[in-house]
Amino acid sequence: MLHLWLIPALPLAGFLINGLAGRRLPKALVNAVGIGSVALSFLWVLKTVLAVEAWDAAHVERYFTWIESGDFRVGFDLAVDRLSTVMLLVVTGVGLLIHIYSAGYMAHEGGYYRFFAYLNLFMFFMLLLVLAANYLLLFVGWEGVGLCSYLLIGFWFLKKSASNAANKAFIVNRIGDFGFLLAMFLMVVTFGSLDFGTVFGAVEGKPPGTLTLIALLLMLGAAGKSAQVPLYVWLPDAMEGPTPVSALIHAATMVTAGVYMVSRSWLLYTHAPGALEVVACVGLFTAVFSATIGLVQTDLKKIFAYSTVSQLGYMFLGLGVGAFSAGIFHLMTHAFFKALLFLGAGSVIHALAGEQDIRNMGGLRKHTPWTFLTLMCAGVAIAGIPPFSGFHSKDAILLAALHHAPWMYWVGVITAAMTAFYVFRALFLTFFGRYRGSAHPHESPAVMLAPLAVLAGLSLAGGYFPVTHWLDPVFHTEEGSHAAWAVWTSVAAGLSGIALAYLFYVARPGLADALASSLRGLYTLIYNKYFVDEMYDTAVVRPVVSGSRGFLWKVVDAGIIDGAVNGIGARARDIGGLLRLLQSGNIRNYAAWVVAGSILMILGIGMWGGAR
Amino acid sequence: MTLLNLVLWAPLAGFILLLSMPRAKEQAIRAVSLAVSLAAFLLSLGLAWGLPRVSAGEYLATDLPWIASPAIRYHIALDGLSVWLVLLSTLLTPVSVLISWSYIQKRVKEFYAFLLLLEFGLVGVFIARDLFLFYVFWEVSLVPMYFLIGIWGHERRIYAAVKFFLYTMAGSVLMLAAIIYLYNRAGTFDYTAILASISAGTLVLDRVEQQLLFLAFFLAFAIKVPLFPLHTWLPDAHVEAPSAGSVMLASVMLKMGTYGLVRFCLPLFPQAARENAGWIAALAIVGIIYGALVALVQPNMKKLVAYTSVSHLGFVVLGIFSFTQMGLDGAVYQMLNHGISTGALFVLVGYLYERRHSLEIKDYGGVATPAPWLSTVFLVTTLSSVGLPMLNNFVGEFLVLQGAAQARFAWSVFAAIGVILSVCYMLWLYQRVFFGDTPEEVRSRVFDLRPREWAAMLPLIALMVWMGVYSRTFLPPVTAANREILRMTNVNVLFEVRAPRGGGVELRAGRAAGPVRAIGEESDAR
Repeated sequence: MLHLWLIPALPLAGFLINGLAGRRLPKALVNAVGIGSVALSFLWVLKTVLAVEAWDAAHVERYFTWIESGDFRVGFDLAVDRLSTVMLLVVTGVGLLIHIYSAGYMAHEGGYYRFFAYLNLFMFFMLLLVLAANYLLLFVGWEGVGLCSYLLIGFWFLKKSASNAANKAFIVNRIGDFGFLLAMFLMVVTFGSLDFGTVFGAVEGKPPGTLTLIALLLMLGAAGKSAQVPLYVWLPDAMEGPTPVSALIHAATMVTAGVYMVSRSWLLYTHAPGALEVVACVGLFTAVFSATIGLVQTDLKKIFAYSTVSQLGYMFLGLGVGAFSAGIFHLMTHAFFKALLFLGAGSVIHALAGEQDIRNMGGLRKHTPWTFLTLMCAGVAIAGIPPFSGFHSKDAILLAALHHAPWMYWVGVITAAMTAFYVFRALFLTFFGRYRGSAHPHESPAVMLAPLAVLAGLSLAGGYFPVTHWLDPVFHTEEGSHAAWAVWTSVAAGLSGIALAYLFYVARPGLADALASSLRGLYTLIYNKYFVDEMYDTAVVRPVVSGSRGFLWKVVDAGIIDGAVNGIGARARDIGGLLRLLQSGNIRNYAAWVVAGSILMILGIGMWGGAR
Repeated sequence: MTLLNLVLWAPLAGFILLLSMPRAKEQAIRAVSLAVSLAAFLLSLGLAWGLPRVSAGEYLATDLPWIASPAIRYHIALDGLSVWLVLLSTLLTPVSVLISWSYIQKRVKEFYAFLLLLEFGLVGVFIARDLFLFYVFWEVSLVPMYFLIGIWGHERRIYAAVKFFLYTMAGSVLMLAAIIYLYNRAGTFDYTAILASISAGTLVLDRVEQQLLFLAFFLAFAIKVPLFPLHTWLPDAHVEAPSAGSVMLASVMLKMGTYGLVRFCLPLFPQAARENAGWIAALAIVGIIYGALVALVQPNMKKLVAYTSVSHLGFVVLGIFSFTQMGLDGAVYQMLNHGISTGALFVLVGYLYERRHSLEIKDYGGVATPAPWLSTVFLVTTLSSVGLPMLNNFVGEFLVLQGAAQARFAWSVFAAIGVILSVCYMLWLYQRVFFGDTPEEVRSRVFDLRPREWAAMLPLIALMVWMGVYSRTFLPPVTAANREILRMTNVNVLFEVRAPRGGGVELRAGRAAGPVRAIGEESDAR
């Protein structure tokens, strides 16, 4: 027994303490509980990793039966293997840094204890998701992190936009969960179980049509959680939440759950090549599509949000072309540099008393030098400049894509150029030039800068973690060809993106505006995010609501069904009213009825053949 | 005198005791009703304690002659199907007493008397093993609910009460006719005896008989459930009923219908049940989606919750008519879950009404600011209602949908749309009531939960978590009872049953008159 349950249970305890009693606890104690529980969890992960002796198979611990009906059983079973180790380290490690940062960032906010309680609850569900030994328990974590995302996006619930964004996130994710659920139903019908071991052990020889359907339905779930086309729309709105939340949930950990789940199901996917192709195409399209939107956004956090969507697309591209370990590798490096970008953005926003529009920033490198320096580290990492972390993982994905289909490689390279451009556009507009706002910028406290520094180190050097090597025994991927020209091409794309951003926003400011006004139509289209939200609203939301109100409720329910019911009542009353006339109480009338009845009877008997 | 008898008769004793009390002593009346209902609840805990967990069959049975001719017996018994429904009734009665403490100010004595009479009827329905006795309890429960709505309801209470009464009567009269017909054919009203003679082949109902009897029973139960399109009495009844009436109605009374489907419709008329499963499942699915969509646009909180019941109960009916072990287990579990979650929702809506005196959603907003704990409890209940894993509804919904998927995958596809829609209507409700700025009317009137209100909600919240995390406490006896029911549905039908494990096809020869066909290769095989 490695007592894996402790890993999620520690944050859960933190949640219970802060959630139930946090209001009356002093801030220092709330901090200690909130951060301490995650730190202990991180240490327990380290201890676990060192304690596992054999990595050939998953180490499974079974605690109790959760659901049992007939011969179907789902247990509360946790497992750890090579794949989940990477996830555990990322989640608890980056999570711990973000918890520490939050102590500084949220120091002046109301509901401080509530914030930490939610964060801890999130850690519980996320760790459950990673440790689950069957799909249903994974789904528990899956839904749970969705709940925490909902709670934290809507943290400032007085703002209508925040609660709208929270609802949107939950509902759009539910559409994905619909696919996940159906996939599980089909798995139980096909395999009789939801245990990873049982399912993957029985994949061989199952009808490919069913496997493809299962894999596609799982991908629908992943598209919801990991913000892929067509379900990506909730993530940019999710930036309504406090910035540490954006870093933890909407960049580093939760949104990568879909990538993890698909990697976990890699045996299913490799037996359903059609579905794998879909994963690659969805990922690639999402990567390009959201990168273009990121080019023109003016809200610092929104830029990074679209960047996250785009980078998640990259990860799915990696999985889709069969480079599962590269996908997970990019998941890790992305967790470092994207968490850093968001935390840095938070530091900037903190410095400017809430300002998020990059048009009102500028020249901040003098006021917030440490933030500037760390963000630059993140910038070179995400732009794929060697030897920093993003270079290694992106390179692995692009090479696999080249091996799979050259056009995917080229689209990926173009995306890389755009990525470098929009990130450095944001950084240049924030830190270079003259300050264009009216706040009094100041550097953030050490409690916020320390996590930034650690993440900066990881962003720069994280590419040297031997993740692909560690994961290769899991995925049995064959080594792709190492084309040097392809590497240099993608690096050149990154560099040219940076250079272009420098030209537009530092060397020749004004060029960008001129270009935008000359391409007014295209610019408007992209600036408004291709009007996808509006399209969904017109095509789905409004027809459903007005159809339900105008037709189902007012017409079907109140009109037809209730009309019929009340109609029966009214007719019964009418008939009763007529029959009442018979009972007039007048003796002469009764006598008349008796005579009439007798005549009718005699006539009837006569007509139907007389009395027998 | 078995424990089961005590649980059944304690509320009636309380009813008589209350009638003998002076009307002016309102506080004493409240205390007595609370004491009686709590005593009944504690006694009923003993029922669960001793229940055999893996075998079906009668437990704590009492079988005495009641009327000599026609032979009507006082035959009550407990099994895995009824035990939790009995506990649900005995739990929600003290909850209803607590939430009515300050809510009900007029005719206090009669109110609590009717509440206890209602409990007597409900418990009786779930344990009666004589068809006539069952019918008696069925009608006994109808009367107090009629008065609870008609006397302590809101403005249109008379319309709602009469509608409720007529709707239900229309169905139950047909059921009575069917019961009498069955008596003529079987020579007894005794459910266990009738089942035994069906199993033994001494009672063979031909196809037309089965069909007509099934439909008569089904209609009575479907109205009670209520199954789309027989649901329009429910929103009116809920909106007009006092808080406790809504709670008892939604939590327990609707389960009389779904319980009846499992207890009577399936095993007594197996062939007809299987032949009709297609369109019934279709109606259930329509109900799931339709109820959710109509709930989405309701401006009145109680009406909204009422339509969600139509949606949730659709899951139960779908599970029952999937004819799979998982579907049936899920359906029974979902009956309990709906009782707890929707009951809790009506309790909380009642709390809001006591403060702001309105059921219209638009009169609220920003309640989270003055009443954080009320909001938290409401949120947990909301999450339970939308089927968040680790809370109760998820287990039931999952099993039902899985059972449906095994019967016909398309069923689960359509029914799962309800899972998406439930989030839409509940979160939208939650946002409009609890988030945003707090208007002055809300700020000045809404306060946080009081101790008595906590006392009513805590057991429900605890059960939501317990039933969601550790379903093993509750499911095994249910599974055992359902296995027996499913076995009965294979009698009298030419039906192919695959052995659950280890292959081999076992063919049961049918005994049915008229054309027979193999209907369910799907069953619970995989």
